[in-house]
Amino acid sequence: MTEIAVSPELDARRLREDFPVFQETFCGKTLAYLDSANSSQKPRQVLDAMRTFYETSYANVHRAVYTLGERSTAGYEGAREKVRALLGAASTREVIFTRNGTEALNLVAYAWGLDNLGPGDVAVATELEHHSNFVPWQYMAKRTGARFAVIPIDANGELVLEALEEIEKLGRVKLIASALVSNTLGTVVPVAELAAWAHERDAIVVVDGCQAVPNRPVDVQELGCDFLAFTGHKMLAPSGIGALWGREELLQRMAPFELGGSMIRKVTLERTTWAELPYKYEAGTPPIAEAYGLGQAIDYLNAVGFQAIERYERELTEYALARLAELPYVRVFGPPPERRGGIISFDVEGAHPHDVAQLLDFEGVAVRAGHHCAQPVMDHYGLSATTRASVYLYNLSEEIDRLVEGLAKVHATFA
Amino acid sequence: MEDLYRELILDHYKNPRNHGTLDPADAKGEGQNPLCGDEVSITVNFDGGETIREIRFEGRGCAISQAATSMLTELVEGRTVQEVAAMPKEELLEELGVPLVQNPARLKCALLGLGVLKVALHRSKGTPLPEGWAGFEELEIT
Repeated sequence: MTEIAVSPELDARRLREDFPVFQETFCGKTLAYLDSANSSQKPRQVLDAMRTFYETSYANVHRAVYTLGERSTAGYEGAREKVRALLGAASTREVIFTRNGTEALNLVAYAWGLDNLGPGDVAVATELEHHSNFVPWQYMAKRTGARFAVIPIDANGELVLEALEEIEKLGRVKLIASALVSNTLGTVVPVAELAAWAHERDAIVVVDGCQAVPNRPVDVQELGCDFLAFTGHKMLAPSGIGALWGREELLQRMAPFELGGSMIRKVTLERTTWAELPYKYEAGTPPIAEAYGLGQAIDYLNAVGFQAIERYERELTEYALARLAELPYVRVFGPPPERRGGIISFDVEGAHPHDVAQLLDFEGVAVRAGHHCAQPVMDHYGLSATTRASVYLYNLSEEIDRLVEGLAKVHATFA
Repeated sequence: MEDLYRELILDHYKNPRNHGTLDPADAKGEGQNPLCGDEVSITVNFDGGETIREIRFEGRGCAISQAATSMLTELVEGRTVQEVAAMPKEELLEELGVPLVQNPARLKCALLGLGVLKVALHRSKGTPLPEGWAGFEELEIT
């Protein structure tokens, strides 16, 4: 059996004590949670801080003149500064809070896409994309008369960048939409390379950072992208909060997305003018405590260290790939560990992923089964679904062992 | 819950009854479970009137969806269109014999074939669309 060398800097066993859910039992067993790419569990620190915030500092933001409202606004805006620092953004004006990653990407599709795509233009997405960075561009291209093109993947699930030469012949490339880490195959995409290629052609790059921001250092200046979306619930924060980072000069020029309260400067019977950044893109009462919770989650992750998390996930992933390779009836998809995040999609011969996940649940092992909101990736491999295991900072190698033991039972049931 | 994979279900999954496609067919239906991408297509021939004479299905999906559809085909052969169109989901679930009430995701798997069959009957005989399938033909995003 492969030995796992645990990074001395990250003690997952100690971190687990921060997560109350790991005290629970499921089907009579403790939880082996291998589904953090779907959504992460929450540490007591984030939950407690949110409760305290509600009990001591909660009112609506940006309008209450009393002290409580000032506290709430400080908590909300404090979280924005934490996101700015996390991503290496130039200014908090470039950080827009949304409900989730999908809303952030739709914001770009509507506010930038509607006015910047048209006949003769090409909107490009990768074959790897989660539907949230695929469907909006496919749709916007149809709606504006632009072409929609896809950068294909090879057998390992890595981008075939040479295809850009052919795509370029279709028209003016205006945009490339790409994940930084694939939610289905774990592929780490060379986004900086895509950005350099795009910028030579005055195209923009829209990055889905949902599977990268939670578990590795991400710096938008180093990536050279123009927009980056991510969500809080995959990084220890509550659901209902996400964020979009965008270059200020683009955000200034774009039309607003959602319209109504908070996002206006002046409304008259004849016309309306927009609020300054970032509020122009934050209509209505935002998810206040959720944003605060995201800020607390960022503090927690910073204390552990993003480099340490990335290294630890790599070790666990290498261990899992080695253990899965022991099972001849398991076929693993995706790139080698050095170009993969903590995500492993696989197929068990003779068993449908739904049945695999169901039988693993009887063993207390939680994995995702389905198309992972990436049906083009499923089509690429001629599948309707895969089983996916994903790891995060609180996972242990024993949980991988439980997965492997569970898969042996699955195989015995269906063989 | 482990009854979910009892012998009968695994048998229908591994050796599906009435598997294949009728060509020509009097009625056709196909459908997906959008949650998991499971697919089922069903073809039916009538006896010249209102009775299902033969039925075949094809699909890809989990043991529950494929076994349930296999059992369904045995259940409806020789029945009238009106009977099948009005068939309550409980009848199929009883045949399946597993408790799915607390597991709505798997319930959808179990009922996919029944929905597809009712769509096929709706198209050829004008019987009502099954619950939850109204408007499905307009769901194309493009």
